[in-house]
Amino acid sequence: MIPNDTPTSQVPSRPLDSQARPGNPAAVGPRPGTPVVGAPQESTTSVWPLWEVFVRSSRGLSHVHAGSLHAPDAAMALRNARDLYTRRNEGVSIWVVPADAIAASDPDAKGSFFESPQGKDYRHATYYTKSEGVKHL
Amino acid sequence: MASQNLQPVPEALSPEEQERAAQLEAEGQAYFDRVMADDSRIEPKDWMPAAYRKTLLRQISQHAHSEIIGMQPEANWISRAPSLKRKAILMAKVQDEAGHGLYLYSAAETLGQSRDKMTDDLIAGKARYSSIFNYPALTWADMGAIGWLVDGAAICNQVPLCRASYGPYGRAMVRICKEESFHQRQGFEILLELSNGTPAQKQMAQDAVNRWYAPALMMFGPPDDDSPNSKQSMAWNIKRFSNDELRSRFVGMMVEQVRVLGLTLPDSEVRFNDETRKWEHGPLDWEEFKEVLAGRGPCNAQRLERRREAHDDGAWVREAAAAYAAKQARKHAEKEYAA
Amino acid sequence: MTTPETHTAETTGHGDISVGVAGSGDSSASATRITPGNALRPEDIALEVRTGLVKPSEDVAEYALRLGDDALILAQRLGRWISRAPELEEDVALGNIALDQLGHARSFLTYAGGAWEKSEDDLAYFRREHEFRSAHLFEQPNGDFAVTIARQFVVSYYQFELYRRLTQSTDATLAAIAAKAVKEVDYHRDHSAQWILRLALGTKESRARMTHGLKLVWPYVGELFVDDELTTRLAGAGAAVEPSSLKADFDRLTGEVLAEAELEVPQTPVAPGGGRRGKHSEHLGYILAEMQVLAREHPGASW
Repeated sequence: MIPNDTPTSQVPSRPLDSQARPGNPAAVGPRPGTPVVGAPQESTTSVWPLWEVFVRSSRGLSHVHAGSLHAPDAAMALRNARDLYTRRNEGVSIWVVPADAIAASDPDAKGSFFESPQGKDYRHATYYTKSEGVKHL
Repeated sequence: MASQNLQPVPEALSPEEQERAAQLEAEGQAYFDRVMADDSRIEPKDWMPAAYRKTLLRQISQHAHSEIIGMQPEANWISRAPSLKRKAILMAKVQDEAGHGLYLYSAAETLGQSRDKMTDDLIAGKARYSSIFNYPALTWADMGAIGWLVDGAAICNQVPLCRASYGPYGRAMVRICKEESFHQRQGFEILLELSNGTPAQKQMAQDAVNRWYAPALMMFGPPDDDSPNSKQSMAWNIKRFSNDELRSRFVGMMVEQVRVLGLTLPDSEVRFNDETRKWEHGPLDWEEFKEVLAGRGPCNAQRLERRREAHDDGAWVREAAAAYAAKQARKHAEKEYAA
Repeated sequence: MTTPETHTAETTGHGDISVGVAGSGDSSASATRITPGNALRPEDIALEVRTGLVKPSEDVAEYALRLGDDALILAQRLGRWISRAPELEEDVALGNIALDQLGHARSFLTYAGGAWEKSEDDLAYFRREHEFRSAHLFEQPNGDFAVTIARQFVVSYYQFELYRRLTQSTDATLAAIAAKAVKEVDYHRDHSAQWILRLALGTKESRARMTHGLKLVWPYVGELFVDDELTTRLAGAGAAVEPSSLKADFDRLTGEVLAEAELEVPQTPVAPGGGRRGKHSEHLGYILAEMQVLAREHPGASW
């Protein structure tokens, strides 16, 4: 699962973004079109890092991204997530992940990264029409 | 539109790099335009025009600030709520607002600004929030009027925002709208109880409706002719309906509901226009709106001061928790190293 | 007291996990499915009292009044943090704790009122100061965050030991309220312990404040564990527990947390208390003045 709304607050300085990526060989510092509107993240010690929260709504189901929050450490992040994202019985289990621990696929690479599966109909049962109507197949 | 979207190209680039950057930008713009045309969603790492990012950041952070400042007029009544059931409901509601502010700050953070910076801007008086929260909540009936009118107007505004073109904003709004479904109802119930109560209670309810009606209508923003940003926001699928359109719908709903309440709206000019098929209302005092927005409302200074105080008083706590986390991490690392 | 339920539970996309194809069951995975859940509510107790299903003895009612008043006064104190906490996440956390406490208060007071044909609101809003039964600890001011955490620390470890035993009460209603409350209070213990550690071992300033906070609340710990005729009678009947019987576990468990936080158990002189007999701290008068002002302005009104 690739969460696609991880924060980009540190985009310009993030290793992920300064690396050469598929579909973006230029990699010339800050990507044009990703302007920094605010000041870059301060490193004041009192600022708690950002965490992404995943909630399992009931047994047997996957954890689903619920949102984010700030917490000083994992233990508090879990508790804050419990207080914030399960106030109305939304979950039976919670994961928290430091936001900057999530590696995300490159949005610019939509074309090449996700092109391959397009058109490979033979991976799907519907492709096999001759067996239609045959029972238990 | 293209002229607004020229990005500052970093200076130290060689001509080839500049050309490449410009090409990437053109590709990004084309992709963005296609997403808009398909009414699809933009996600944080997608290319987006600088003005789109700026507009979103302004809107989402203002929305977040409004939730946080909006806690105050109601929080002031938690300690005096006249029944324990109402106390619990009000506590849960104000707590929800903290949560909603938090969801929205998170959405804004995906655009590249930290919550800390947004908070600093707010308490420095540099950021805006919904000016309605600069009016005082004077009686218990205000808890009803805020729930019914203010949250009612907010919900009208927010439901279309669930489809906002920016993914994180839309998702935050879905969660908020689900949770807020009880907010307006509890306000309505407070007013209904008061209206069916003693004459003093009924008068309290009518007085609150009288005071909150016009500010609630102004929550939809200036009239369409006087709202320069609206058109662009609609073109970007951030806004789905114009200010006047939403206001008119809201008035229509209130006309119905105020009858059930057994109260009246303080507006003799409310009527349904058969030609335009729209609800109309009496004139609103936009001068007052601008005054309050400019910081000259009844409670502006008080609201900001309270926020500043909480933030400042909490600084040592946030520092302590961060210091503890750093120490624990260091301890953990040393243990790993030793092993 | 009829509370129209505003259930907003989703009725779609749930409960169809019967499909064998991989992934299909997950199509209902959601992080926003909300339900009111199923637990004992004050309204349920009110219904039982009203229909004559349960009626506490005079002794049990008096005992429930003590527990209810403790929780009510604490909820009133904690409610003030909402919009003033050190960080938004903590606004929400303290709000949850306040709501839990208010829930317990409403249940206990509703049940207590059954003995005297009084509602939770009659008891909360129309008793005078000397008729309240809260212990002094609960009346102590919020102070800074460290004082609030110190108070929470003592309260939650005390309440946990109390409710844990009360689930075995021969009084079915007390046992049921305690069964709901003990799980919630268990989380309050965790919340306070986490903060004790962070504040004690965080910065120099936070450590000083935490030490000071504990010093401020510790004189009022003693009162929580004092037996009197009522508790002895009720404990004899198996309906309640002797407060003194909680002390050993309380000391051991709080001692463990304090040791981990490298803090000493404060050696402060013990205050005499007296809340169970209606002798209160100077603070209670102000708390009640604020809490009761509106209800008393409109006696007999419904809200």
